[in-house]
Amino acid sequence: MSAILPPPERVWWKQPLDRAELLWIVIALIWCLVMFFMMPYWHLYGKQNLANEAYRMSAEQYSKLTADMVDKYKVREEGGDLKVPVVHPPAGGDAYLIARLWSWYPILELEAGKSYRIHLMSMDYLHGFSLQPENINIEVHPGYDHVITVTPTHPGAYSIVCNEYCGIGHSTMTSKLYVVK
Amino acid sequence: MAVNRMFRTCPTTGLVFHEPAERLIKANAVTAVVFLLIGGILAIGVVLTRWPAVHWLPADRFYQVLTAHGLDMLIFWVIFFEIAVLYFCSSTLLRSRIATPRIAWAAFGLMLFGALMNNYSVTRGDSSVMMTSYVPMGAHWTFYLGLILFAVGALIACFVFFGTLMVAKSERTYVGSVPLVTFGAITAAIIAVFTIASGAIILIPTFLWSVGLISHIDTLMYRTVWWAFGHSSQQINVAAHISVWYAIAAIVFGAKPMSERVSRTAFLLYILFLQLASAHHLLADPGLTSNWKIFNTSYAMYLAVLASMVHGLTVPGAIEVAQREKGYNHGMFEWLRRAPWGNPVFSGMFISLVGFGFLGGISGVMMGTEQLNLIIHNTLYVPGHFHATVVIGTTLAFMALTYFLIPVLFRREIMFPTMAKWQPYVFGLGMAGVALFLMAAGTLGVPRREWDMTFAGNAFPYEFPGAAFLMMGLAGISGLIAIVGGGMYLLNTVGSVFLGRKIATPGFAHVRAAAGVAPAPRPTAQPSSVSAAITGHGSTGIGAWGMVAPGTFSLALVFLVSFVLYYFINWKYLATVWPLK
Repeated sequence: MSAILPPPERVWWKQPLDRAELLWIVIALIWCLVMFFMMPYWHLYGKQNLANEAYRMSAEQYSKLTADMVDKYKVREEGGDLKVPVVHPPAGGDAYLIARLWSWYPILELEAGKSYRIHLMSMDYLHGFSLQPENINIEVHPGYDHVITVTPTHPGAYSIVCNEYCGIGHSTMTSKLYVVK
Repeated sequence: MAVNRMFRTCPTTGLVFHEPAERLIKANAVTAVVFLLIGGILAIGVVLTRWPAVHWLPADRFYQVLTAHGLDMLIFWVIFFEIAVLYFCSSTLLRSRIATPRIAWAAFGLMLFGALMNNYSVTRGDSSVMMTSYVPMGAHWTFYLGLILFAVGALIACFVFFGTLMVAKSERTYVGSVPLVTFGAITAAIIAVFTIASGAIILIPTFLWSVGLISHIDTLMYRTVWWAFGHSSQQINVAAHISVWYAIAAIVFGAKPMSERVSRTAFLLYILFLQLASAHHLLADPGLTSNWKIFNTSYAMYLAVLASMVHGLTVPGAIEVAQREKGYNHGMFEWLRRAPWGNPVFSGMFISLVGFGFLGGISGVMMGTEQLNLIIHNTLYVPGHFHATVVIGTTLAFMALTYFLIPVLFRREIMFPTMAKWQPYVFGLGMAGVALFLMAAGTLGVPRREWDMTFAGNAFPYEFPGAAFLMMGLAGISGLIAIVGGGMYLLNTVGSVFLGRKIATPGFAHVRAAAGVAPAPRPTAQPSSVSAAITGHGSTGIGAWGMVAPGTFSLALVFLVSFVLYYFINWKYLATVWPLK
């Protein structure tokens, strides 16, 4: 019973290492460094990175920016009585998405192969932007306008699911995102 | 005030128990098991609701049950048990009287009161805020106050542990350095102090906010500081259960660490780097730079991961060396084949080790990689990961230790030995299924903390692929198997401790020890000449390839290959999603 007794050798730190241990430490350290440098590498050569672009903003200010965009670029309404506007912002431009209890507003319609500056912000609690079936997941905070530049690849009807628990209506907080040619 | 200096020596193991310490260890361990029982009952509700074909509870009840399940398991069960482990590793292993038993009882009382208050707040129904209680979603003030009181109690208990180390040192109850297992417990306690301080920094203002004294709490600040508490508390578990692995290897096999230097340095890396892990939860958040995220999420440069990989080699390596010394020296794996697979103390510990490494460790690194987090954040992959780390890793290791403590500490026979023999397999298998299938569902995008993945009745529902439903069904079945395994443990533990046959100890007596020094140990088997020679390892004629533990080394290489492959598979998957920057 030795690991539960004091080391028998008083000067245990001078014990030589076994080959298995030494070799494993070297291998593991190399692997750890590979994993570490993979992250900066992907920032330089990979295509999927989060920008460090975010602004403090009040809910009123953000609502206004969103309302302006909806007024300018609304193309139709969906969702029956809910009348959620579908907005087709210009390629390369800003697109605002509001997260609130318990809906996303408005519905964005983007063009495949074009880049957009999508803004994400919550009006109340924390929410989670989860784009399905792409499976891109981003935390949405109140008070922080988070800007991500995305380039949709394939046309289709995508879904936005809230994946940060936000209370009893959490499951009802789903929406659409369209990508057209 | 007279100091109680009464000790008893366990006739089977030669371990020395200080009378007040023994009562404290029992009280904390039994309370822990009660919270495991409550959390386990709640798990039934979680499993049967998330299983889409059953979908048992209504939404409000589900979120309430999930909140309580998380708190009772992740906080109350593990921390009560860890306090018992801390007292055991200080008082019992150092053969010392415990420092300030009355204060230790006050700590216990405070923890229990806080835990009950927090549970009460959740039963009210207005505090279903999950364990994380992200502002501005508010809970009743008793939710936060309960957690604060619990944390203060745990902090006091940590200081009783540190005090006991001081007593042992000054009363010279041991010679040389503290045992490795105690060193690991010290690691856990140091991380605990950091953790509890972070918890206080965030929970005290949140409590004041809940009673209206503070008007606003920033969500990003909350998440950053809360996770310094929330994630670090899981690192206490890692340090604690790795200590338990070493202890069990020593108890069952008489294994000594392959090298004290390596194992202790690995623990030291935990102290230095594990605390950075708050960042794991903030990789998809706005307002933090990539530099900050990369440095913190990788524990500087994966130095804490390195430490875990080292323990992953040295714990089974120590067992291999001990087995080979006993003569199981043929081939690569005779030592493992001839291990006592019917002894739940060993099998539980070994399943814990393998499950923690292969399922928990690898998945943890995936989630903690800045970019890979984008395809994982807040999906069921996350609960899949921590059911492998905290349940297979910590809980199963603690269960295994219990089978040792029942005869030694409680002096009772195990009531259902056959059930005990099978329990780690049932529980480990079930929980491995839970972990794997939840991770699979998470990879398909299914969110965590979600009452209805069909989104029935929504204006814009999303239909997950059929495979996601299949995974959730399999996770449900696995969850039930794990609950049966947990029930087997609880039945056996509670039955044995309260109703089990007492182990008679002829001539039993508490012995008063002079000046706090424990009575001299019963002579135990002296280390053989082989094991004496192996202190430096090498040149002992065991093992192969110039290694004393070639079997463990080859298993470690299998681990590494799976790790590398899975890592790059995830990058490949990431490369297929929409470009974003």
